[in-house]
Amino acid sequence: MIVSIEKCMHCGACVGSCPQNAIYLNEIVLEFNDNCNKCGRCVRLCPAGALKMEGKK
Amino acid sequence: MKTDYDVIVVGAGPAGSMTAKHAAKKGARVLMIEKRQEIGASLRCAEGVNKKGLAKAGVPVDKRWVSADIAGAKLVSPGGHVFRIDESQAGAEVGLVLERHLFDKAMAADAARAGAEIWLKTAAVDVIKEGDKVVGVKARREGEPMTLTAGCVVAADGFESQVARWAGIDTSLKAGDITPCYQYRMVNLKTEPDYCEFIIGSVAPGGYIWVFPKGDDTANVGIGVLASKLKKPGEVKMYLDGWIKKDPRLSCGQPVEAIAGGVSVSPPVEQSVMNGLILVGDSARIIDPITGGGIANGLLAGKFAGEVLGDCAQANDYSEAALMPYDKKWRDAMENRLWRNWMAKEKFLTLSDKTLDGVIDTLSTANVDQMSVHNILIAIKEKHPELVKEFEELI
Repeated sequence: MIVSIEKCMHCGACVGSCPQNAIYLNEIVLEFNDNCNKCGRCVRLCPAGALKMEGKK
Repeated sequence: MKTDYDVIVVGAGPAGSMTAKHAAKKGARVLMIEKRQEIGASLRCAEGVNKKGLAKAGVPVDKRWVSADIAGAKLVSPGGHVFRIDESQAGAEVGLVLERHLFDKAMAADAARAGAEIWLKTAAVDVIKEGDKVVGVKARREGEPMTLTAGCVVAADGFESQVARWAGIDTSLKAGDITPCYQYRMVNLKTEPDYCEFIIGSVAPGGYIWVFPKGDDTANVGIGVLASKLKKPGEVKMYLDGWIKKDPRLSCGQPVEAIAGGVSVSPPVEQSVMNGLILVGDSARIIDPITGGGIANGLLAGKFAGEVLGDCAQANDYSEAALMPYDKKWRDAMENRLWRNWMAKEKFLTLSDKTLDGVIDTLSTANVDQMSVHNILIAIKEKHPELVKEFEELI
């Protein structure tokens, strides 16, 4: 997953919505762990449009 | 073996602080950790709360953390019909818009005065378990890894709800039960300074746009859209920007702050306690699924949790059985209401703009003098019984 640090608002909406609990927000840095199965929910719901799937434009 | 603390609260929001305060008041050794450098910031909230909710949780209003006193609410339909509830006429004044960065600090201060210790810039990164029992947390304090043992860990980590899931309690949500939100604090607005406004319909699919006054020409202008209605990245903000541009009372304004966040609009958790762990506030999914409000429920649940944890500390027993009185207390206080409002949400998100216009139009002649979801549902039951048929026994 690619995080745009310019767009990310560190709000945690993706963290609490992740079905795999695969995202961690350490104050301002988003980290994805190996449990991420690329379901894409976080990409659609990020209020700031800060996430995109690797390999996608 | 003696633990580092009786109770470790993860997250210093209102629910965490209330838990810490009430547990410490009963003599428990309490540590509250907060991963950010400041309690109450940055904001993730529209800041509306009702006074009854504060009173129920035993929190007296202090004008230092009140941003605006609210006279009533306006529910606006897609076609511009307005259902206005004026509380001042009924002699009631129920609504407040808070300054959360001051409110949260005031709640944490009460916890500190009761004897709780507070560590900032300290993030929980996992729970420590022995068999089926939580015995502490792994944390990073200013980057330094450490293990902290406790009789009970309190998952007060908000919408993220990671502590519970690390411990093995499933708090995951369906896309239809998640509302991602975006909000500006705007100035130079021409909206009414003492009315909270809710704009519903396809301008905010499955959610609503809000205007919550913050004094003078300032307000929180935000939007929540149901995650299951979203099709492309960044759409939440686009819906809000689109509306602001169209509404001349808002388009004259300018933003001074932008925030985002996630809100659960789900039924509450099935399990709120396990051996050595207790869930409070947003992490327990006790946000009101209709309004998206979570402060009052979080405060009350935190109070219950702290009181029960105080008893547990005295008995030195943090087993699931010993924590169950907390589960019962909050369910008695709010579970029926949460289920009813979740069912109402499920129904309303199926309604077309045209139907919503009709409902708001007929409601505008109804005699509702106090702003509450319950009162609105009663009025709908009278005028449009078919809309509430599936859950009328809960109204």
